[in-house]
Amino acid sequence: MSAFVINRLLQAFFVLLVMSVLVFVGIYLVGDPISMLVSPEATDLERDAVRESFGLDRPIFVQYITFLGSALQGDFGRSFLTGEPALQLILERMPATVELVGFAMFFSVVIGVPLGIIAGLRPEATFSKVIMTGSIFGFSLPTFWVGMVLIMLFAVQLGILPTSGRGETVQVGPIELSILTLDGLRHLILPALTLGLTKASLIIRVTRAATREIQAMDYIKFARAKGLSSSRILRVHLLKNVLIPIITVAGLEFGQALAFAVVTETVFSWPGMGKLLIDSILTLDRPVVVAYVLIMVLFLVLLNLVIDLLYMVIDPSSREKVRD
Amino acid sequence: MSFTRSHLFASTAALLLACSPVSAEDLVIGTKSEPSSLDPQFHVLSPNMQVSLAIFEPLVRQDAQGAIEPLLAESWELASPTEWDFHLREGVTFSDGTPLTAQDVVFSLDRVAKVPNSPTPFTLFTRQIAGVEALDDTTVRITTKQAYPNLTVDLVNLPIMSKAAASGDAPEGRTTTELNRGEGLIGTGPFTFVSWQKGADLILEANTSYWGEAPDWDRVIMRPMTNPATRSAALLAGDIDMMEDVPTGSVGQIEGDANAKIVSGPPARVIFIALDQERDDSPGISGTDGENPLKIKEVREALFRAIDREGIASRVMGGAAVPAGSLGTPNMFGTSADHEVPAPADPERAAQLLEEAGYGDGFSITLGSPSGRYVNDARVAQTVAAMWSRIGVKTAVDAAAAPVFFKNRDHRAYSAYLASWGNNTGEIGTTLGAQLATYDKDAGQGSANAGRYSNPELDALLSEASKTMDDDARAKLLEEADALAMSDFAILPIHFEVPSWGLRADLEYEARADQFTLPQNVTRSE
Repeated sequence: MSAFVINRLLQAFFVLLVMSVLVFVGIYLVGDPISMLVSPEATDLERDAVRESFGLDRPIFVQYITFLGSALQGDFGRSFLTGEPALQLILERMPATVELVGFAMFFSVVIGVPLGIIAGLRPEATFSKVIMTGSIFGFSLPTFWVGMVLIMLFAVQLGILPTSGRGETVQVGPIELSILTLDGLRHLILPALTLGLTKASLIIRVTRAATREIQAMDYIKFARAKGLSSSRILRVHLLKNVLIPIITVAGLEFGQALAFAVVTETVFSWPGMGKLLIDSILTLDRPVVVAYVLIMVLFLVLLNLVIDLLYMVIDPSSREKVRD
Repeated sequence: MSFTRSHLFASTAALLLACSPVSAEDLVIGTKSEPSSLDPQFHVLSPNMQVSLAIFEPLVRQDAQGAIEPLLAESWELASPTEWDFHLREGVTFSDGTPLTAQDVVFSLDRVAKVPNSPTPFTLFTRQIAGVEALDDTTVRITTKQAYPNLTVDLVNLPIMSKAAASGDAPEGRTTTELNRGEGLIGTGPFTFVSWQKGADLILEANTSYWGEAPDWDRVIMRPMTNPATRSAALLAGDIDMMEDVPTGSVGQIEGDANAKIVSGPPARVIFIALDQERDDSPGISGTDGENPLKIKEVREALFRAIDREGIASRVMGGAAVPAGSLGTPNMFGTSADHEVPAPADPERAAQLLEEAGYGDGFSITLGSPSGRYVNDARVAQTVAAMWSRIGVKTAVDAAAAPVFFKNRDHRAYSAYLASWGNNTGEIGTTLGAQLATYDKDAGQGSANAGRYSNPELDALLSEASKTMDDDARAKLLEEADALAMSDFAILPIHFEVPSWGLRADLEYEARADQFTLPQNVTRSE
């Protein structure tokens, strides 16, 4: 068990190293941060002075080694654009994104799992077909478009929900949460719906497939033969097994959405990390981009670890595998 | 649906106004990007400058058209060609109650060079300043390195901080990080800092002890909304009162709404095409036997005449542009009157000019362009390419995202590229100096001249103008320089972008040439 965890963390370290090289070199190849950051009115000498102050005048591998040295001590450098520590910039924005993605995932699971089970249990019913067709729309419509349509409908035409922003927040310890105020919740609904729609569609389809597969299993037939009530079969035997693929998908989707909620955040002016990432890429603000990618890699690795550990709780057979 | 709601809104608003004409009111502005810092001396960047001009004030300011007018300095005179004495306005206090003195000015100008990690230091505006001293409590003497007529234009960008509030242990006093938190962020301006959540709202409130006319707003909320469609939707929904940069696609919708309107102009940023006039073997040019046709004036003129500027302004830019015949707008100091309006497009004359230059069969060229950096930039480049191709210059467009475009331009990978220049000085000399003066790294001349146009006559005129203190004489020199460069087709101006703002119907805002959104200038109509 602990060997398994240690093994995973070692892998994570290796992935981090590779990613940092890729991002570092990638940004270097795309362009010169100085031409994005420095006012065009500056002269070449003034430009060189800024380049020197950011250490960009040194060879790329020297820059990388310097970065690696400080990164190992937890210092990811200062943002070129704001002069603030890169890590701090990202962590400041993180609560807003976690809140949005968490709410969106909650919404997609609450909607997706019951609908998926219904569609799986009665695949031929008209209602099931409506659900499945709807889910195709759900993940094929572009997020950007869905967001704008929701804004035009609920905010501009009906005027019942706000168009953008995060609304009123409450300070909980060091972080600000908008989920605890009515105004904050109203601001959360549309972006969470936009982000959750694709996720819900995916979960519907996964749940349906799993339900159909498990329904045909011997232990379900046996439980039925034993005369158990269908609600008990559903809750105890079916749901528990359906949860395994759902946890995998929901977990991966959560990580994915957290790292790249950028479109939704841009459409709704949500002050999260995704917007920070895209702005930083566009200004070639390398310290922020590198720190962001590394944090996300670390996060996704840990998330997968948690998913694997959750399997062990739900599915006894996977415990055996780890012990081997 | 929206009609009934707008009716309700209008009558409610009217009712509110009628009941309490001085009721507390918020102004919510949807901005296109947020400041990178609140430190007024950290980064030369428009979003930063407009916020700092709400909290702080410089010695002099620019009006909406770009003309200089007194602000913290009531008057000034020259003690010698390099010594300027500025007399501070009486009775001005900082928002914390301490009076403004000459020491604050000395402190502020002195701090500029000490701010670390800056992506563009404000030394851009102090490079001509040799020394600043307080002659007495209300007089500041600024000494320049040489006779320098543009000092006041530079001072516009240097807001005055409170020495008492902004002093600290670091060399620069209060650090940028501290100022970002609002610590020491004390100015004499119409608003004071309340809070800033990065990526979200920046909140200001009226400075109750402001010396000038009080703004119409108790609170101002500046909310970054990078997606233009979101800004438009928020304005239409009444979530915000004002938005920056109305996208071409939303103009009709906002104009058709009873609760919103658009204000625009004066023309500002110029879009132009620069041509490589240095190398013989210029990249992207073929069919010329290794020669660079752009070095021939007739070819440049042909390319100039082939462009239908009216067509681009009305069709590609949706009317949000004015055709340009010079790099300077007509109201700019020193723009040649002969080039205020560009010569009309004339493809036949253009083809004839090519013939005269020995390129009757045309040639091939690649036009570099950024994509998504300026309004419809790549589409403008595509249109120009089509127009050039029509006269026989087969043009391919290489449009790239801004970071890639700038990298290519700096490596001089284009023989022709579309780019843009924003002039903050209101005087054409700085534009010509950066774009068309002979490239000289050490002298800081021609710093944006990637086409490497070089004309000693132009250099001499610009250098003469830069030290001529007399406004009339300087204007004449600059007009001559502008006319010289434009008659030589040194660069091909296309159009000036016309900035626009979306507003709640009952608000007024005078559109500014510097494109700043200044909350203190937003008023409620009577």
